[in-house]
Amino acid sequence: MSQQVILNSLVKEHIKEDLPAINPGDTVKAHVKVREAGKERIQIFEGVVLAVRGGSIAKSILIRKISNGIGVERSFPVHSPNVAKFEVIRKGKVRRAKLYYLRDKVGKAARIKEAR
Amino acid sequence: MLSGILGKKVGMTHIYDEEGRMLPVTVIQAGPVFVTQVKTLESDGYNAVQVGYEEISDKNLTWPKYGHLKKAGLQKNLRTLKEFRVDNASTFKTGQEFNVEIFESGEKVTVSGIVKGRGFAGVVKKYGFAGQHMSHGFMTHRRPLSNGATGPQRVFKGGKRPGRMGGNKVTQKGLKVVVLDAERNLIGVDGPVPGSNGSLVTVEKLAGVRS
Repeated sequence: MSQQVILNSLVKEHIKEDLPAINPGDTVKAHVKVREAGKERIQIFEGVVLAVRGGSIAKSILIRKISNGIGVERSFPVHSPNVAKFEVIRKGKVRRAKLYYLRDKVGKAARIKEAR
Repeated sequence: MLSGILGKKVGMTHIYDEEGRMLPVTVIQAGPVFVTQVKTLESDGYNAVQVGYEEISDKNLTWPKYGHLKKAGLQKNLRTLKEFRVDNASTFKTGQEFNVEIFESGEKVTVSGIVKGRGFAGVVKKYGFAGQHMSHGFMTHRRPLSNGATGPQRVFKGGKRPGRMGGNKVTQKGLKVVVLDAERNLIGVDGPVPGSNGSLVTVEKLAGVRS
């Protein structure tokens, strides 16, 4: 058995099969599991996907939102068991893979056209 | 039970543990190993078990090894032979087979192997010297500079100088077993392991848990 076949077979059980296609520019809701005081609840983090990084089990997405006027960015490993699910709210039409330029834009300038 | 096993480093990947943390995992294809010689206090002056790993074609067999394996009653040609110390050698028989099941999931193990050779390396890479500035008029950049004081009028032995780096044996202790697949002879440990992919490594139980 080749080395890559062995490694792929081991990570297979950790990879989520039912993920929606997430691309940069999409508006995504991440349902994050939060454990506090022994209880588990779901918290939602909604924002624009700035970047999709890595592949396979190491794939992660960077989501940016404006919270009370302050930009907040959070990176989620997509196959992590700590994220219950991802929901794509809106598909964005963008022309680059990394949307870091959105960090310098506020309000109207930070809009992204919807993909059709 | 044998205290260790031989294997080959397959490579690194990630998996998630039950708490949802991502772990860096080194996968090792280990065993099965076959007992080729049992050394007892009476016969050799110490208790140990010699095992062989990795079946190879007979054309790579040398006559001395052929005789040794024949004596053990093995019909296989094994590439690597290695000894493991045991407390009681009389419980082992030649020809006996061991696989990764000598370890338990969650157990801490020691892994040793030969580090990748770095060739002739400078002191910055080899010993982590800071080096000098790359700019601001400095004409030395990555040199070791001073060899010592002028007082003794000589250079003391054993100083850190440039030279061969890597290619030596390194032991990594206390790595947790997170993957255990007896069917495919796979063992995965949390963290990196010395050597390049495909190189020979030894996975052993921590000292003190040997039987």
